[in-house]
Amino acid sequence: MEFFTTVSPDTISTIQNFVYIGSSVLFILGIKMLGKEATAVRGNYFSALAMFSAVAITCLSLKIDYKIIVAGFLLGGLIGSIIAIKVKMTAIPEMVALFNGFGGLATFLIAWSQFNVPDNSLFQHALIMLTVYIGGITFSGSLVAYGKLSERLKLGKGSWITNILISFFYLSLPALVYVIFEPSISTVLPAVPSYFLFFLGLTMLAGLGFVTPIGGGDMPVVISLLNSLSGIAAAFAGLLLLNNVLIVAGSLVGASGLILTVIMAKAMNRTIGNVLFVGYASATQATGSVEQGEVKPITADDAYLILENASSVLIVPGYGMAVAQAQHVVRELGELLEENGTEVKYGIHPVAGRMPGHMNVLLAEANVSYDLLAEPDDVNPAMDSIDVAIVIGANDVVNPSATEEEGSPIYGMPIIEVHNAKTVFVLKRSMSSGFAGVQNPLFFRENTRMLFGDAKESIGLVVSEFKD
Amino acid sequence: MEMYILLGFVLLLSIFLGLELIAKVPSTLHTPLMSGANAISGIALVGALMLSAEGDTQNLLAFGAILFASINVFGGYLVTNRMLSMFKKK
Repeated sequence: MEFFTTVSPDTISTIQNFVYIGSSVLFILGIKMLGKEATAVRGNYFSALAMFSAVAITCLSLKIDYKIIVAGFLLGGLIGSIIAIKVKMTAIPEMVALFNGFGGLATFLIAWSQFNVPDNSLFQHALIMLTVYIGGITFSGSLVAYGKLSERLKLGKGSWITNILISFFYLSLPALVYVIFEPSISTVLPAVPSYFLFFLGLTMLAGLGFVTPIGGGDMPVVISLLNSLSGIAAAFAGLLLLNNVLIVAGSLVGASGLILTVIMAKAMNRTIGNVLFVGYASATQATGSVEQGEVKPITADDAYLILENASSVLIVPGYGMAVAQAQHVVRELGELLEENGTEVKYGIHPVAGRMPGHMNVLLAEANVSYDLLAEPDDVNPAMDSIDVAIVIGANDVVNPSATEEEGSPIYGMPIIEVHNAKTVFVLKRSMSSGFAGVQNPLFFRENTRMLFGDAKESIGLVVSEFKD
Repeated sequence: MEMYILLGFVLLLSIFLGLELIAKVPSTLHTPLMSGANAISGIALVGALMLSAEGDTQNLLAFGAILFASINVFGGYLVTNRMLSMFKKK
């Protein structure tokens, strides 16, 4: 740093701001390119280059001891890289949640550190509180999402612990208003001693209370929202530190997370508020959907015979495919069918799985070409020409009640209308209902055959029949 | 205050820009986009590097912020890249 002591701080600041503009442009281009298949890889490089240049140029003017920086950077880089390289593709949702939480925690700590700097203006004080709040909620909320997605945390709606946590969330809202205006309030009313430390703790509890009551199937919405919040927290930290690249990059993340949140909620035909604060539970009582009847189980042998003669097959995967780790054997089945002259497509519902695009990642991992993946709008119109639709561990996203039964809690949700196909195979462990807790009349349809058991084993059996 | 108004302007425009950029992303790319955006939110690392550190508490806070933001940055970019390299047309 010897060289830079001879350059005036103003010059350094000007250079930094020019580089920040450059990185902002790279971030914008990067995120734009991430949205197209052909350019996505390059987009990620652009964004990484933007990050590198912004970080490198910031190092020209440091107030912290460089040993602390090197230590934090190396340790963090090492931990992050190890997790990223070792993680299994089925564990991507919880890992994104975890990284996201760490981003939130970083902004939380930044705002905390700024609070300790003397002489904050009223506006800065308010910004600090908002950043602490959003960053803290992002962190603890993401931890809960991580726990739920990795199935380590079983806590749900209705438990007394959940109820206590929820009350912390509601308590945190007036507390936020109080701490924002604390400098003004404490001139009139007696000051609350160490209110800031209480607030730090309360934010953490509030994040737990925010996410704990939300069920696993709603995680695509939650994880997108938390992603958005981590961006907004970074943008607020940028306002606080008067740094434009933080503002631009943070806002881009905030906006992209918000769009995904809306897309996910729409794909469930629910409002964001309904997902976050109501859940399915209250809606289920309203319906008397008791469509029962005989289910028609079949064996893998029978399934093979039907598939061998099918000329078009639609495979509809769901969370069950991820749980059974069946994506590779599914790809194998798809290839064997194609060799046999059958046209194979994959019908992917936007909210199948536990995060936006979850099924796409799994199938990509298994080497399924992405031009075989179709969205509901593409497959539904021609559904009656499909010979066999194979539903693998999906339930609510293929529930015909959504189109036919007005009283159903999932009525109006766009689904993949497999019930219109000539034959439907449903691969399922048992007869339990889906996440929404709604009985699925698909299983009792005339054209439905149930193939009970572990999806990986069942498909494996069919595959070995094909090979013989 | 003028500075804040200017930066607030940047904030709003960036949000609109982000909404426009991402509105029509195919669902195939939802996960990589999210993971890529998640890596970008590690920009908090720049903020962490700007902190002033006097005394143990401040040093500790700065260390924590740098540590966690670095995990976010490195992990985020690496995993996005890993994921995208699987998305190939055959």
